[in-house]
Amino acid sequence: MSTNAKDLRHPLKRARGFGSAQSGVGHWWTQRVSAAALVLLSLWFVFTVLSLLHADYSTAKAAVAKPWNALLLILFVVTMFWHAVLGLQVVIEDYVHTRWKEVVLLVAIKFLAVLGALAGVLAVLRIALGV
Amino acid sequence: MADTRRPLSPHLQIYKWQVQMVTSILHRATGIALAVGTLLVVWGLLSLAAGEAVFDQFKICIGSAPGMMLLFGWSWALFYHLCNGIRHLLQDTGAGYAIPQFVRSSWLSVVVSLVLVAIVWACVLTSGGAA
Repeated sequence: MSTNAKDLRHPLKRARGFGSAQSGVGHWWTQRVSAAALVLLSLWFVFTVLSLLHADYSTAKAAVAKPWNALLLILFVVTMFWHAVLGLQVVIEDYVHTRWKEVVLLVAIKFLAVLGALAGVLAVLRIALGV
Repeated sequence: MADTRRPLSPHLQIYKWQVQMVTSILHRATGIALAVGTLLVVWGLLSLAAGEAVFDQFKICIGSAPGMMLLFGWSWALFYHLCNGIRHLLQDTGAGYAIPQFVRSSWLSVVVSLVLVAIVWACVLTSGGAA
């Protein structure tokens, strides 16, 4: 293994890909990649909702049940919650300075986001699969 | 409060307001609002999956005056966060950091978000109300 004399980190640390803040770069990248995905997905979502403005129940349900729409809706729901957790995490870390409150909030938003994402995905699947 | 007594950076009140501050603060505020708004999306999907009676109730709720205001706020928050998010993605590449460019792009994200929300609600209102 070639070692850089200037690198003070242990080779194992580098192999694990952790920077100085352990997982900061991963968080930063995931937030940006999910943002780029949401640019497309949220525009698609707004167009879809607008196209269903005066649709009755069965038309709206049939539209969501279309394979492409169901797929994109699931993508939208998952990416939306993922991006929201990453953003809220930074806000909580910035403004909540009491450690236990910070940890409780960080865990709570993750629980809520997983719950919301799974509920949304399950709803789309029920509509798409007709169960 | 913080556990340690460290010097704090100057508080917001001592700065003269400038558009870059507003766009930065609004980006966080709309991000938090949209995180709450994810529940609106899930609520809609769950009621669509739950059957016509539940979905009609959902339509009555979001078609009411408070519901429409919520939807209007949600749509502006979405478009603002979208426009300013694209601005931040471009800035992440290192572009647009000269102060005049920074100020111009700040105004651009505010103005474009207002134009987009106006277009969407013009579509809604000319087609005879939401839901």
